[in-house]
This record gives sequence, structure tokens and C-alpha cells, in this order.
Amino acid sequence: MSAALVKPVLYSYFRSSCSWRVRIALALKGITYDQVPVNLLKDGGQQLAIIEYLEETRPNPRLLPQDQKKRAQVRMISDHIVSGIQPLQNLAVLQRVGEKKLEWAQHYITNGFQALERILKNTAGRYCVGDEVSMADLCLVPQVYNAERYKVDLALYPTITRINKTLLELEAFQVSHPTKQPDTPAELRA
Amino acid sequence: MASSPSGKPVLYSYFRSSCSWRVRIALALKGITYDQVPVNLLKDGGQQLAAEFQVVNPMQQVPALKIDGITLSQSLAIIEYLEETRPNPRLLPQDQKKRAQVRMISDHIVSGIQPLQNLAVLQRVGEKKLEWAQHYITNGFQALERILKNTAGRYCVGDEVSMADLCLVPQVYNAERYKVDLALYPTITRINKTLLELEAFQVSHPTKQPDTPAELRA
Repeated sequence: MSAALVKPVLYSYFRSSCSWRVRIALALKGITYDQVPVNLLKDGGQQLAIIEYLEETRPNPRLLPQDQKKRAQVRMISDHIVSGIQPLQNLAVLQRVGEKKLEWAQHYITNGFQALERILKNTAGRYCVGDEVSMADLCLVPQVYNAERYKVDLALYPTITRINKTLLELEAFQVSHPTKQPDTPAELRA
Repeated sequence: MASSPSGKPVLYSYFRSSCSWRVRIALALKGITYDQVPVNLLKDGGQQLAAEFQVVNPMQQVPALKIDGITLSQSLAIIEYLEETRPNPRLLPQDQKKRAQVRMISDHIVSGIQPLQNLAVLQRVGEKKLEWAQHYITNGFQALERILKNTAGRYCVGDEVSMADLCLVPQVYNAERYKVDLALYPTITRINKTLLELEAFQVSHPTKQPDTPAELRA
């Protein structure tokens, strides 16, 4: 049986920023897939490998620029979010932190966003790197969603805020949104 | 200026930073000569936070690499750039699925383990830092051991050294540092031992850097 004839299956949790990044990629590339909701958060951080594989095997539309230096900037921003911010505020860690979880989450998102705002001032055009949607943008939007969830004051990050707003106008970022998934609870559904 | 007067790349590094070590291995494997500027993460409240370093790297982290007129941070982004611009020897397999496996293992270590036991987090955790570090390394290594049973040959993925191996060795060093019992991870242990026989993993070792303190020097 040819593997190419079988639809991809995504194991996803509606609220997981890691799952959301991959859902955006699949939507942008027009890849239909089956979704299996999982209510258990596995460790995050392998989603960039998935996105890079999708990019290599289904290259259109691009999620990584052709220019090598811009491509490095996209990966740098993606890695910063995926390794430098998200793991420090994921569900499992916050459960371990216990009582002070809100303060902890805010600390790491704030630290990460301060650095990111500085980087984006150098790299951003309409989107994180220049004017084309890239893997960095797929990482940004779910992280901003988390920042809002943990009541981080986003007024301090005008570049992040502007780019996030622009991205949320795109269909791929809407259809993949946590409020519109098969496993979104009724009270959170859009 | 985007590179040193000699035109060589400049690596901002801390001897004990596993993220910096990954990049040092990559540079050594690819035979790229470079200048190293040590950034001490402990002294002066953390030299990476100093205003002068923020100009170099707005992300205030090591490693940072000045190369070809740009400054990059994030070890995997740096390694992927080196791979694309200096492709020999390869650090990513040609086969797309194997390449995905290399990235998956690298991501698992770089996003799933290391950030949870890095210096800044352990400083914040305070008293229970050893237990915390052991918890996250153990969790991460349990998963990694299972993955490697499927992917490993001589090295993490098949029989060629890859980016995944560059991530593995520094993480095992950290595991040893935090007294994690490695007997439970025979595949990880075997691959680590095999890799440490290679020159690139030795010259880049934390015990052999310009900023290695005398008492830790090999």
C-alpha cells in the first residue's frame, strides 16, 4: 500500500501551542488530514521537526525563505519561542511549580518577549522575517495566545502585537485556532 | 562589525553551556576555524546580560555566532545555517525521513530537556534544584532511550554523525553533572561513549576551553 495515499493523522490537543503550530502549517500547505484529539500533553518541542519535514516534502507554499540568512533568522526566532519560552510555561511544568504558576509563566513569557521584541525590530517586515509568512510566524501566534492567557501585558511589545494581529487575519491561523477544534470544549468554542 | 579583523567567525561561548558546546562540535566537525569570546554566565550577575553583549545578541544568550555578516543565536539555527553554507561533512542525512528523525531527536533534547534544567531555571527553582534537574533529565532520557532504540545505529540515527549526536553528548554531560543514573539508558550511554572518541567532541569539550577554570581543566 502506498503511504502517499493515506491521509496524515495529527494527534492534537486543542489548546496546545505545539499542536496549533502544526495545524497552521497543514492549513497553509492545504494538506488535508485526520485529527485525533489527545487530552494528554506529551512533551512539546518536536513540532519544528514535523514542520521542516512538511516543508521538504510539500514545498508549496514556502514556510522557510529561500535566502539562507533569512532562513537562519526564521529558525532562530522559532527556536527561541519553542525552546526558550514555551517549555518553561507548558502545562506539566506549571503543574509542578504549583501555587506560583501564574508568576512563573509571566516571568518566562516576559523575559522571552523582551528578547523577541528586540530581535523582531531587526528582522520583521509585515511578518516576523520580511514580508512572507514563515515557520517563525507559526510559533509566534500560539505563544501570544498563551501570553494573553497568563495575563502578560502585551502593550510593551508593539512589534509582536502588530504581527500577531496581521497573522490572525489569515485563514490558516483561524481554522486552526484553539476555539475551533474538534475537541474544543463548548464553553471555549468560537 | 560583523566579524573579527581576521574575517574569521566569532563564537560567543561559555565553557559549560551545553548549547555552546553543540555549536563548538559543529564547527570542529566542519573544520571551521573561528575566534572564541568567552561570556561568563555566572560572573558579574551574568555577563550575557551586560549592555555590550546585548548589542551583539539582543537575545542575551550564548551561543551567538558572528558569521558572514550576520549574528545568529539558538544552537540548532546556527547548526542548520552551517550545514547549508558549509555542507561537508554532512550533519543531516540526505534521506528526508532520517533527516526528520535527526531533527526530532534534536528538538526533544533542545526543547524538551535542556531548557528545564538550564542555569537560569535552576537558579529560580532554588533549593530543590537537584531534584528538579534530575526529574526533567530522567523524563527526557526515558523517552529518548525509547526513540533511539528505533533510530540508532552506531550513532543516534543510523551510522553517520548528525545534529542529534551534537545534542546528545552535552546533555549526557549535564545528566552526569546532576547525578542522574545513566545505567537505565544503555543506548544513550553507548552512543555517548562512541561519540566521545571522536576528535571534534574532545576539542570542544567543556574541560578544554579558553575559559575553563583551572580546577576543571583536563
